[in-house]
Amino acid sequence: MSNHQELLTGWGNTAPSLADVVRPRNEEEVTTDLQNAPGSLIARGLGRSYGDAAQCAGGTVLSNRGLWNLTPIDPLTGLVTVGAGVSLDELVSISIPAGWFIPVTPGTRQVTIGGAIAADIHGKNHHVDGSFMNHVRSIRLATPTGTLTITPESEPELFWATAGAMGLTGVVIDATVQMIPIETSYISVDTERFPNLDATMAAMASGDDDYRYSVAWVDCMTAGASMGRGVITRGDHAPKSMLEGKQTRHPLSPPASTKLAVPFTPPSGLLNRLSIKAFNEAWFRKSPKKRDGEIQSLGTFFHPLDGVDWWNRLHGHRGFLQYQFVVSDAHGDVVTKAIELLSSQKVPSFLAVLKRFGPHNPGPLSFPMKGWTLALDIPIGPPQLAGVLDQLDLMVGEAGGRLYLAKDSRLSPQQFRAMYPQLGEFERIRKTIDPQGLLASDLSRRLGIS
Amino acid sequence: MRNAFGQPQSVLVLGGTSEIALSVVERLVAARTQTVVLAGRNPSGLDLAAQELRDKGAQSVETLVFDADEPSNAQGVIDQAFEKAGGSIDLVLIAVGQLGDQDLLDNDPDGAAALFTTNLTWPVAAMTALRSKLITQGSGHVAVIASIAGVRVRRANFTYGATKAGLDAFTQGYSDSLKPYGVKVQIIRPGFVRTKMTEGMADAPFSTDVGPAADTIVKGLSSPASVIWSPPLLQGVALVMRSLPGVLWRKMPS
Ligand SMILES: Cc1cc2nc3c(=O)[nH]c(=O)nc-3n(C[C@H](O)[C@H](O)[C@H](O)COP(=O)(O)OP(=O)(O)OC[C@H]3O[C@@H](n4cnc5c(N)ncnc54)[C@H](O)[C@@H]3O)c2cc1C
Repeated sequence: MSNHQELLTGWGNTAPSLADVVRPRNEEEVTTDLQNAPGSLIARGLGRSYGDAAQCAGGTVLSNRGLWNLTPIDPLTGLVTVGAGVSLDELVSISIPAGWFIPVTPGTRQVTIGGAIAADIHGKNHHVDGSFMNHVRSIRLATPTGTLTITPESEPELFWATAGAMGLTGVVIDATVQMIPIETSYISVDTERFPNLDATMAAMASGDDDYRYSVAWVDCMTAGASMGRGVITRGDHAPKSMLEGKQTRHPLSPPASTKLAVPFTPPSGLLNRLSIKAFNEAWFRKSPKKRDGEIQSLGTFFHPLDGVDWWNRLHGHRGFLQYQFVVSDAHGDVVTKAIELLSSQKVPSFLAVLKRFGPHNPGPLSFPMKGWTLALDIPIGPPQLAGVLDQLDLMVGEAGGRLYLAKDSRLSPQQFRAMYPQLGEFERIRKTIDPQGLLASDLSRRLGIS
Repeated sequence: MRNAFGQPQSVLVLGGTSEIALSVVERLVAARTQTVVLAGRNPSGLDLAAQELRDKGAQSVETLVFDADEPSNAQGVIDQAFEKAGGSIDLVLIAVGQLGDQDLLDNDPDGAAALFTTNLTWPVAAMTALRSKLITQGSGHVAVIASIAGVRVRRANFTYGATKAGLDAFTQGYSDSLKPYGVKVQIIRPGFVRTKMTEGMADAPFSTDVGPAADTIVKGLSSPASVIWSPPLLQGVALVMRSLPGVLWRKMPS
């Protein structure tokens, strides 16, 4: 095995594959790597996509972590040009003290700018602010046919095709992002508990628009009348006037770094139906019935799991997956049906997250669209799981919904095509910059994206 | 590509008319498998099996005729199989093998040697040819059908049992050699399965039909287990079999 070969998986620790890893440090080196790749090539960030998006079996994986330029944030406009390999964690550690925050925050800060663009990530504010690419003003993109700067004005087709393209339109070198101004590094949070799914969804449908950030945690493990009981947390950036005591001394403090790590992979099954059920129960009970105006740090509000490094290892050797879909408002019943199906099939799910999305942007492969999105963390193991998820795919597809590629590790090419009707348009645009199909990943091969 | 459940999209069967293997592939086609290459000795049997898989929804099924009596053809068979599959193969199922009639083999040196060629030497050559292909493609899965008969050989079928014992042992080391490359290797150890290979024979203890055996194997292929026992309780039985003193072992009904 040559010394730059690595066995790679996504965050779910499933389907490993071997690739040559290259680590370019600048645009020139990226261009050389693209030219010299003996076979296929795909970029990779921090490997936080769950499945096989940042893998290229038998080919070349280009780590973006050497693309590390970071210009100061323009104090007047809040625009910043960031290397594709800079993580959101690294960006906020310099932006927060200057009074700026990232426009979109996923459930972990450990994702790179390249990964954020490639997945067109969304946060708890999608219903108000849209997804990451809605805040990107320009991208420096290295493609097999040349390197160019793309903006929504100059190259609308390629720009939007790159949103959610999972690296298949080229290697992002850097991007200019519009940051949002903040007075403090705190969020004013309202928390409320609801006894079942209908009540949770009704409260979200009626109340989310009053908040910039909103998300619900839903218990999929309790059957019967309490099925889908939920805890909604919603919030807005806290103005300085809301801070008290110690907080007023450091109103703009960056999030603390990781404290704990899971140092090894315990046997599979540590997280099983019983322990997950107990966890969900405890989470529900510890949440207040209703509490308003609690001041939480950005880290606590957005990234409770970032406190434990490599927590994915807790799922054991078989790994786990995340199933995230979106359906339109008219098909909100699919959320209920999905939870019912999992519960009746005895599939354990840890931390189901329910959110409302705003409108879709022009990206043909961008995931978010107006409606409901549900994300389920499921350990691999139950033998019925593969078939149950295939059944869910059908339900979601028939309702005109779709799965999130950044989380996917098992969708079939047929269902993928049905879920992304703009795929043809994407493939046409892609042909113009990659006629030979040099850019390919395990995901693109699995889903048959050409 | 294989997905998070290890479900393959392309499959090569060496021993392409094996009932167990075909029954496994049928189930894989119902999940994610689109491309199948069936390689075997009997052209009409292969064609029939191929048509059946097409009817079950496989998009591309190709056949490839070879005879496992000639190990020097193994490299060519593997090369052709990859070509027919379109360049890469997610799962290779090795199901080459014959039972032989021990009563005849007792006094047939050529026959005994030929059984070793078919059941052991050829598969070993093919697996060796496969190795570099899988390393180059950077992922893959090999499942080798051995047998409970190889766990402890019996008077009644010791030539067959010994070929399977050899294949089983080879596969264990082969598995270790491919682990660093992300290639998964599993040994399948079925008990007595009622197929055309065992037609006319009295049922041994723990016999199963092809369907249930295939169900167990498909489940096992998705698991991290290094050995797939079919039926699963054979794992415990094998423990007992291995530890029985010879005097007792020879008294077991055959
Ligand atoms: C705990 C957790 C919570 C999460 N929460 C959310 C969430 O709330 N919302 C959300 O949207 N997502 C969420 N995600 C998913 C995550 O945001 C995306 O998968 C993101 O793409 C990961 O970025 P990465 O840097 O790790 O990229 P990787 O996972 O390494 O790669 C992801 C994709 O980006 C491509 N890519 C990487 N760098 C480049 C580049 N320079 N140029 C072109 N393509 C590139 C890769 O080819 C690949 O297709 C979560 C993930 C985890 C583990």
